[in-house]
Amino acid sequence: MLTFVGRGWGCARALAPRATGASILVVPGSRPALTFGAARESWATDRLYSAADLKEKLDMSRFPVENIRNFSIIAHVDHGKSTLADRLLELTGTIDKTKNNKQVLDKLQVERERGITVKAQTASLFHNYEGKQYLLNLIDTPGHVDFSYEVSRSLSACQGVLLVVDANEGIQAQTVANFFLAFEAQLSVIPVINKIDLKNADPERVENQIEKVFDIPSDECIKISAKLGTNVESVLQAVIERIPPPKVHRKNPLRALVFDSTFDHYRGVVANVALFDGVVSKGDKIVSAHTQKTYEVNEVGVLNPNEQPTHKLYAGQVGYLIAGMKDVTEAQIGDTLHLHKQPVEPLPGFKSAKPMVFAGIYPVDQSEYNNLKSAIEKLTLNDSSVTIHRDSSLALGAGWRLGFLGLLHMEVFNQRLEQEYNASVILTTPTVPYKAVLSSSKLIKEYREKEITIINPAQFPDKSKVTEYLEPVVLGTIITPDEYTGKIMMLCQARRAVQKNMMFIDQNRVMLKYLFPLNEIVVDFYDSLKSLSSGYARDKAHSIGKAMCERLKDCLPRQLFEIAIQASIGSKIIARETVKAYRKNVLAKCYGGDITRKMKLLKKQAEGKKKLRKIGNIEVPKDTFIKVLKTQSSK
Amino acid sequence: MALPGARARAWGWTAAARAAQRRRRMEGAGGSPSPEPGGPRAALYVHWPYCEKRCSYCNFNKYIPQGLEEAAMQKCLVTEAQTLLRLSGVQRVESVFFGGGTPSLASPHTVAAVLDAVAQTAHLPADSEVTLEANPTSAPASRLAEFGAAGVNRLSIGLQSLDDTELRLLGRTHSASDALRTLAEARCLFPGRVSVDLMLGLPAQQVGPWLGQLQELLHHCDDHLSLYQLSLERGTTLFAQVQQGALPAPDPELAAEMYERGRAVLREAGFRQYEVSNFARNGALSTHNWTYWQCGQYLGIGPGAHGRFMPQGAGGHTREARIQTLEPDNWMKEVMRFGHGTRKRVPLGRLELLEEVLALGLRTDVGITHQHWEQFEPQLTLWDMFGANKEVQELLERGLLQLDHRGLRCSWKGLAVLDSLLLTLLPQLQEAWQQRAPSPVPGG
Repeated sequence: MLTFVGRGWGCARALAPRATGASILVVPGSRPALTFGAARESWATDRLYSAADLKEKLDMSRFPVENIRNFSIIAHVDHGKSTLADRLLELTGTIDKTKNNKQVLDKLQVERERGITVKAQTASLFHNYEGKQYLLNLIDTPGHVDFSYEVSRSLSACQGVLLVVDANEGIQAQTVANFFLAFEAQLSVIPVINKIDLKNADPERVENQIEKVFDIPSDECIKISAKLGTNVESVLQAVIERIPPPKVHRKNPLRALVFDSTFDHYRGVVANVALFDGVVSKGDKIVSAHTQKTYEVNEVGVLNPNEQPTHKLYAGQVGYLIAGMKDVTEAQIGDTLHLHKQPVEPLPGFKSAKPMVFAGIYPVDQSEYNNLKSAIEKLTLNDSSVTIHRDSSLALGAGWRLGFLGLLHMEVFNQRLEQEYNASVILTTPTVPYKAVLSSSKLIKEYREKEITIINPAQFPDKSKVTEYLEPVVLGTIITPDEYTGKIMMLCQARRAVQKNMMFIDQNRVMLKYLFPLNEIVVDFYDSLKSLSSGYARDKAHSIGKAMCERLKDCLPRQLFEIAIQASIGSKIIARETVKAYRKNVLAKCYGGDITRKMKLLKKQAEGKKKLRKIGNIEVPKDTFIKVLKTQSSK
Repeated sequence: MALPGARARAWGWTAAARAAQRRRRMEGAGGSPSPEPGGPRAALYVHWPYCEKRCSYCNFNKYIPQGLEEAAMQKCLVTEAQTLLRLSGVQRVESVFFGGGTPSLASPHTVAAVLDAVAQTAHLPADSEVTLEANPTSAPASRLAEFGAAGVNRLSIGLQSLDDTELRLLGRTHSASDALRTLAEARCLFPGRVSVDLMLGLPAQQVGPWLGQLQELLHHCDDHLSLYQLSLERGTTLFAQVQQGALPAPDPELAAEMYERGRAVLREAGFRQYEVSNFARNGALSTHNWTYWQCGQYLGIGPGAHGRFMPQGAGGHTREARIQTLEPDNWMKEVMRFGHGTRKRVPLGRLELLEEVLALGLRTDVGITHQHWEQFEPQLTLWDMFGANKEVQELLERGLLQLDHRGLRCSWKGLAVLDSLLLTLLPQLQEAWQQRAPSPVPGG
């Protein structure tokens, strides 16, 4: 498991980090599949739900702050987050129990296929406990730490989390990352050990791990089977009893946190908000603290999980707000909204999402340029964290250089382009941004600043004009069976990583923490790591390498000399193919009657040769890159 | 047509001097002069379009005759020869080649009639090379002798293979022993002037057995041999069989291996590879074919025949590529009406001619000498054209091409991949041509 929780910048050579709490989480040996995310669900707005009593506009004033609980469920992928959420929704009558709610809530095809949440969703649950009506806001977080900034924003709307751990597998890397995110946000953490119904479940071992790693007494763990519904009631009880109500003031002027936003073609931006102070209702004039733009509120409501308009939203509550924002960049995650002429101290921690992985994106066919452009524009309406720069490549033509939060983010974006907009694209190998501290005064003048960020390798300034280069670094956590520790440490060293911590979380599992240069792990670190334990990635790399070589061999015309095609990981060659040299390429018969035809043929071939690009000595048909890359991306 | 081995010479030498040159022909290599473009000399190709049977690999312009009136055919060939000789203003015919089809199926009288017509219209020196393509079965010794009496002095025998299975595959009507018998008879009649064709790269053919055939052939052959790699041509039976999977596709790697080994074997046996597919010893080069590769003039008569000449007799100043009407019946009608059956005339520009000089000249072992080049392009030398080009330089460095005081030519290794070399050389020639200064009249 490899995830980024935060980022920093380090000196490209000396690794002097200015890193914040970043996290890479890797779990070789525990599970062969390469997984990226933790969440499997998001609440679809078009699902049936049984909140028949909510047809009238809700009066939210009947939920005083002390009866409100805002919480998230966080978990490693497949540890049962979606199933638990389903059960909670059923228990509280939010969705119908008779429906088969097993993994039905994913909205995007990509979410269903990858088992991740790309867009966070929120559901307000109404629950009667000991004679009191509670409002339980389940605030979903994006499932992968590529989106860690969003996760932390979502968490900042909560007071507590359910930390779900699989009774079979125990603590996994992402469990650790999620825990520390919640811990840093000073949230109440309720450990939930799930899947106790499984034959090999070992809840006691997991309890011990939780105690050792998170310092949470083992008796605080709730052991459940979300699948069977076993003991799920006590989870709701713990939410009410152990998570404090939000510390907010209804009397103060409005202060609302935007923790997510979506774009609706008819209504514009729908902002998900958590109210820290005050009240907001339709007709209010509100201001974005970030942009200072003023809007009039058209609609407020709760998510149940569908949008359910209400008269008002009160401090401590979580819901949505539509205010004529035309573009998601106007409702940036982490922004604070306040009433017009009643400015407030913005909520802490707002920053614009910074892309950390860049890749070129090109239409497979240049005639598709405009279609792709419009698809990218539409998609970025819903995802303001993607940055766009126009780019062009000799081989691939006109395209863009897009910035993503992480690799998964990039893949998801690409997949959505293909699935939702039927766009066929070529993605280049991702790179990370570098910073250069300039020494040349001429360059400083040109760039108007001393420290510049380089997102395109082609624009790297020469080292004679630079004092130092900085590269992004991330803190990674690796949890592994101890027999692989040595190999993993060697791998990390080879990737210029610096060890920060190492501990046994139980008798045979080790947790390692390393500070990695992002560039070292952005492309194939997962595969290398997996290969150490399972051989999986090695085999995969071999087969991909071999397939690439074979494709290239088929695409390259024979030349006057032999061409070796090699696939390598680092310096290790994993596959090789040869395009043999022409040995005989001359027409056997060329007499009087053959000359005209022969000359015509030669000229045609010479024309064809002009269409080849020369790379080194090798003549390559222009569509070779497209053929090879295209097949790769569709794999 | 001047011959390899002769010295470069201006126009106007005497017949006696040239005859003397011819007697000394092929002594020593290199320094081959070329005919002046447009000079009133030419080679003559005569196409006999009929065959007994279609060979499975052949896509030439040939027909299985039905009630052939040879007298009419003969008359038309004679008429067309006379017409084109007059039109071209050619005064000397340096070689005649009867090709086909299967010209050995024609009557020796027809051959004699054409040669007589040529000799009457222009000068046909007694020692001009007169070649006839012969098919083993259609050419018993007696008939070959008659061809000799008619004026033929060189035979090219379509032997193709010494393996009967392969011969059947090729759709040939003869057996290996037929071929060897014909070869022996031909050598008695035309000593030192018999050529045989051997094919390579047939479906399922292996290197070892093929080399065995070549070795055996060396025991029987005369001083000239052609090695032809089979090329599968659309529209042939063989092509269809390979397409349908009834036969394995010929393996180009194996063919390359056969060619490579075959060249070496022939070199050992004292043969000079004077062209991509042609090997000769004791100076027995085909002067007719040499004319093609040196871009000499040639007239083509008979259905579908190609020619390249300047119609000086009709006041023309540009060389033309000419094609005669393909179908024998139509061709005959046209010849009877207009005196010739020329269907297509395409004037060749100066650059086009240079392209042919380059592409064809490099097929020969001497390549393009500086003198030869100068006759076609007096201003820009080979150095000017190719000396500074980086890609050409690379070919020189790779040892595929040689450019030196003698001229431009392929190396041993380069000759086998000439078509690839030309893909670099031809565009460079075009570029240098376009950049030449001062630019002559556009289109000139």
